[in-house]
Formats: sequence, C-alpha cells, structure tokens
Amino acid sequence: MSALQQTTDEVLRLAAEHFRVPREQLRPDDDFFKKLGINSLQALDLLTRIEQHFHIELPDYELQGVSDFQTLAQRIHSRL
Amino acid sequence: MLDLREYNCLGEALRAALGRWPNEVCLIEADRERENLRLTYRQFSETAQPLAKAFQNAGLGGGTRAAIIMTNQSKWLISAYAIFFCGGVLVPLDYKLSAAEQLKLLAHSKAEFLVTEYHLWRAITQDASFKNLTIRSVVVTDAPPIADLGDAKRWEDFHDAGDPIFVPRTRKDAACIVYSSGTGGRPKGCVLTHENYLEQCVALTSLYPFGPGVQYLSILPTNHAIDFMVGFIGPFTCGAMVVHLRTLRPEYIRDAFTRYKITYMSLVPLVLKNLERGLRQRFDELPKGKRAVLNAAIAANRAFTRRRPRLKLSRMLLRQVHAAFGGELKAFFVGGAFTEPKTLDFFYDLGILVANGYGCTEAGTVITVNDLKPFRSDTVGKPLPGLEVKLSNPDAEAIGEVMVRSKTVMSHYLDDPEMTAETIVDGWLMTGDLGRFDKTGHLQLLGRKKNMIVTEEGKNIYPEDIETSFEGLAVKEFCVFAANFLWPERTMLGETLVIVIHPEPGQAITPELVANMTERNRRLLNYKRISAYLAWDRDFPLTASLKIKRSELAQQIRQTIGREALVPL
Repeated sequence: MSALQQTTDEVLRLAAEHFRVPREQLRPDDDFFKKLGINSLQALDLLTRIEQHFHIELPDYELQGVSDFQTLAQRIHSRL
Repeated sequence: MLDLREYNCLGEALRAALGRWPNEVCLIEADRERENLRLTYRQFSETAQPLAKAFQNAGLGGGTRAAIIMTNQSKWLISAYAIFFCGGVLVPLDYKLSAAEQLKLLAHSKAEFLVTEYHLWRAITQDASFKNLTIRSVVVTDAPPIADLGDAKRWEDFHDAGDPIFVPRTRKDAACIVYSSGTGGRPKGCVLTHENYLEQCVALTSLYPFGPGVQYLSILPTNHAIDFMVGFIGPFTCGAMVVHLRTLRPEYIRDAFTRYKITYMSLVPLVLKNLERGLRQRFDELPKGKRAVLNAAIAANRAFTRRRPRLKLSRMLLRQVHAAFGGELKAFFVGGAFTEPKTLDFFYDLGILVANGYGCTEAGTVITVNDLKPFRSDTVGKPLPGLEVKLSNPDAEAIGEVMVRSKTVMSHYLDDPEMTAETIVDGWLMTGDLGRFDKTGHLQLLGRKKNMIVTEEGKNIYPEDIETSFEGLAVKEFCVFAANFLWPERTMLGETLVIVIHPEPGQAITPELVANMTERNRRLLNYKRISAYLAWDRDFPLTASLKIKRSELAQQIRQTIGREALVPL
C-alpha cells in the first residue's frame, strides 16, 4: 500500500468514526457532502479530527473546492 | 460614536475614528487558540500608513480601483483602510470563487491593484486566463520566505517611509464595487457610494449602538456585505473592538466567545443552525435530572420574555448556557439568507437574542431588521430608519415585490446601464423578492420573483453563472433554473437549482449522459450544485440573437409538468 493510499484509508476510517457510519460504506471517490449528508461546517469538524490524528495544521481553505475523500487525502499527504 | 452625517467618505470617517480612540483596541486576529495580532486604533493607523504611502508611490490615487481577495484576517481591514485613505475604490472579491472567476471579475472591474494571499495568488497564476490579467501592482500576504512571487510584491516589503497624503472623496463618489453575481454570465458589479455606506451605518447604529467596550466577533469574510458593514465600518466608527477569527470551526468559535467576552456577532443561517445543532446535542447528553432543570429554566425564560427580551434575567436563569457564550453576549445578527423561525425561537427561548434581518448588496446591505421590540421569528423585521420600503403591485393576499428607496441604494451596476434601468425604476430598487407587511409594519418574505436561489451560507446563486460548467453537454440545449422559479412556492427555504435538458431528436438519456452531468456537478462548489434534471422534449424559445427566453420557457414547463418530473442528480 502506497503512503497516499494509507493516508486515504486513515481519512476514511476517521470519517466513518466521526460521522458514525460503517467504514465499508465509504469509498475514496465518494462525494462526502452527498454520502454523509453533511454541510461545509460539518466537513470542517472532520478536518479538526484529521489534524489531531496526523498532528498537522490544515487551514480552513484547504477544504475549499474539495468534496471527495481522495482529494482531501492528497491535500493532507502534501503537508505530512 | 462618530456622527457620520458630518463625514463625506469612508476614509475620512475611519481616519477620524483612528484619532478619536487611540488607546482602545480595535482589532485582534485570532487563529484557533493563538492570537496573531492585537492593535489599538493608533497602532492600526501606524500599520496602515506605510502601506498607504507605498500604494500612493505606486500610483494609487483618487478613483483608482483596488481589489482585495483574502480570507478573514486583519490584513483585509488594514489594506481596505489604506485604499480608502488614498481615495481608491475598493473591489472586494470572494476568496471562495475559482481563480478563473476571480480573474474574470478583476478584468470586469478594471482593478489596477490587488492585495491577496499567497495560496490564492498561486491559484490565480496557474489559471489559463492569467496571461490576460492587466494589473499594475499585486501585493501578496502570507508568502513563505522562499516563495518566488515574480513581479508581485511581498506584503512585508510593501511599505514606504514618509506620510501619505490623505485623498478626500465626495459622498457621491464610488467607495466599492461589489459583485453580487455574474461569475459565469453577466457580471453584476454594484457601485456603492460613500454616502450609501455612511447612511447605512447611521441607520444600523441608531438601532444597535456600538461603542468602546463592544467586542465584535467576525467570522464571515469581510468581502461579505454584512461583515464589511457590521464587522468593520460599524465598529470602527464607534470605537469598538473587532476579533477576527481565521477559522469557522465551532470549537474555536466557542473558545473565542469566552476568551474575548464577545458582545455581538454576525452570522449566516448555516452557522446559526450549526450552533443550534451543537447545543441540542449537548442538551441531549445531559443526565435526566439536569435536563429537567434546564427545561424548566427554558420554560420560565420563555414566559418572562414573551413581551420583551430581559437579558439580565435570562443570564440568571440560564447561567451555564450564557457562560458558554462568554456571559456578555447581547445579540447575534443573522442575515444573508432566510432563517427558519424554529431556529430563531430556539435561541430566543434560551435568552440569546437573534436580530434577523433582510437585505441585498444593491440596497447597501440591510433593508429590514428585527428590533426585538418584541421579538418576532416569523418576520425579517421592520425597515431601517430612513429607508422607504413598499410593495409593488400587491395581489389579493397583499403580497408584492419588495422595493426600496433610500440613500443606501447603490448608484448603478458597473458598465451596465440596461440592467441598472431594469433594477432601479424611478428611483426605487426592485429587489425581486416577494413579501407582505403585517399590521405592525413587520415584513414577511414569501418567495422570489427572480430566477435565483440564496443558500444558507448567504450565497446568491444565479443559474446563468452555473451554466458555464455544463457547456458542451451532449444534448441539443439546456438551461438551469431555480426550482421555485419554475414552480413558484411561498417560501424562501430549501431553494434548489435544476437543469432542464432537451436531447437531440431520438437521443435517449443514457447513464453516460447522467454520469457526465453528475461529474460536472461535482466540480462545482457544494453549495452551487444542481439537485435534479428535467427532460424536456420541445425546442427552447429563443430571441433573435439566439438567447434562451428563460421566462417563456419556464412558463411552458410550468404549464406542462410539475416537480414530480424531476430526476435527482
């Protein structure tokens, strides 16, 4: 498993935990707004959870224009 | 507070304020648990002066247009003041727009200067249309030390020694060009004068007086009309303090309330609902006994405040809830979109006052606001003092289009006399919103006449702006509508966009076509997305110049099929 795949996998696990959905229901290319039925502020909540897990700081704007787990993982990965 | 009737322009008023309260704190920039910056009015002036001097030396003078594209931060306000000091016209652009959209509006506004953040500037320079950008000077903030900025100037280096010369403007001169739409279609650059802003500020502060000791929390970006007025011009000309928070995350907003003892905050319905959700969740987690005590306190507060708010009493009855908001909160201002009455009632029952209002950029921000005498969750309040508001052609139910006449109404749309003439008729601004006044003079909003939606984030979305994302779609023709424009509803809630597609003769709507629409939809920001498509089997009515006659098409659809024909995307 590549480092990016690993990050994506972690993001999916954290999202599943945070929004209380089974992990197996989430896929990397899912649109998280649609799949989880969340708004942009709830997505920011997930960002906080991710920051704590990876020990990095992600400005709110990193979520700008991002709607799928894969792209989110790429943004995180570039800051690791 | 300053008597703004004595001033001619924003630069003059802000300059006077900076001199009037030199030792009061005017601006704090906080990011999460950190405080990045704290400035008194004197220090704010001392920070802005070298920037103004550099602008002047670079050629920014009276009437020069200068754009700001930044997230919510202190340099936004410092730059804006420096621009006004030099007599410039401010073009505040939304940082959430794509780089292509920002470039389009920069070109339309003919801005000669730009102040922006490094990550935004990088995106702009990487866009295909960047090569067409003609701008005299770009100043970039927050750039890493090793970043190569090309011809752009680094914020830290863009300051000159010596006193800049203050350039006065008249009340009728343009202060700002604010885009209310037009990123994909026809740009709507509202030209707002100094008088528009000064009069708006006078009207607002007559209802909600600010002054030294008021601590305002700013979480909306300052390009947003509400934050520009209520989180910058208003507090600054009253000697109040503004706390800029660089994140919208609920835990840090909560933290800012207690740390800075916030008195006022403006927000959009989405944020208010999120706060409501968080509180409800916490209430639900309380042990049974504590929950019963809370419910009793809420019931008592509701009974005691039925006729008028009683803030001191509410703070006593619901001490812990108010402590979570810092204990000094006087009110939230909510606007930018329609707020559900049940959300407003939820906060009022807790003794947390929410002044809900209604307005639009063209009207200089606010048209009506609830004065809480008494609190009404079912209306958007009464017209601001000095504004004439009436309804055009009211129907049998007394519902008509809201129209406004006042010194706060914009001058015109930039370079578009035709659209200006359609919007400002005999001195009255036609808002396109439908409403009704009740017996007490409160305005109730009941839908729209115009083809657009407003999201809970306070974003105005026009179908024409969305259509560019669907250009080249493999159908004969298509058109995007607000669903409530096709099938009018007496509500401002749950507004969505739909795409009407007309396939080629014999063309089936294949899974590939639907997948293509879905893919294009996903590339849009989440709040701009289309919710459903509608298949239509007739040619669209067109003008002589082959533009779609939208109203005629909408009428044909309305007469033929209903909402049940929509297929979710």
